[in-house]
Amino acid sequence: MKISQLVEVLEGKVVCGEQFLDKEVQYGFASDLMSDVLTLDSDKLVLITGLNNLQTIRTAEMADIECVIFVRNKKVLPPMIEIACEHEMVLVECRFSMFNAVARLSTAGLKPVY
Amino acid sequence: MKFKYEIEGGNFSKAGNASSEVKKILKQLNVPPPIIKRLVVALYEGEVNVVAHAWNGCIYVEIEPERIDVKIEDKGPGIPDIEQAMQEGFSTASQAVREMGFGAGMGLPNMKKNADQLNISSKVGKGTIVELVIFLNGKR
Repeated sequence: MKISQLVEVLEGKVVCGEQFLDKEVQYGFASDLMSDVLTLDSDKLVLITGLNNLQTIRTAEMADIECVIFVRNKKVLPPMIEIACEHEMVLVECRFSMFNAVARLSTAGLKPVY
Repeated sequence: MKFKYEIEGGNFSKAGNASSEVKKILKQLNVPPPIIKRLVVALYEGEVNVVAHAWNGCIYVEIEPERIDVKIEDKGPGIPDIEQAMQEGFSTASQAVREMGFGAGMGLPNMKKNADQLNISSKVGKGTIVELVIFLNGKR
């Protein structure tokens, strides 16, 4: 699915990377634990998390993740946007719980990593 | 090519800066993306470990045509039992580190998974040296 579809399903707000909404994503991984995110090998991965700090963005950078969804109404902070823009990431804020967001994305066709 | 980066213990706002720099260099050198990912994930875990546990540290990266050598050297409390530290789930991380999304005892095992060679030596009360190698020609 395209990132734009994912934003629609989540009624999300795109905080940065609007020019990349046509990129395709295939897999989703929901975690607040960045070490678990760093164990994944999948490409075209969306990270769904409630952890809104700089290390979330650094983790996405190292793991080649191009789209991060922040659930539970967590707000993206300015230093996070700076690094995310540099690495051409799409950051999306979403008011739903992680459970709700994941359920919607799964119904829409996003696949689990395992 | 040799590079050196200094790491500040406890400063999570800078954790990942060195790994990010190394990633940029490897991209410029046209290293294959899967190898870049393995190296920077292992390096980033190591960098976070220094920030999380040590007082300060240094990362040395040496890039040669056939291999990349990384040495992460810190001054810090050291690791009393390396075998125990290598077990998934074992962690001595503080609450502050856990709040940053780390400290679940996955760091060292994940470094081992991504590196072709990993060697850890440590002296309690002095510090830790982590050396890892990734081969660029696919040899493990």
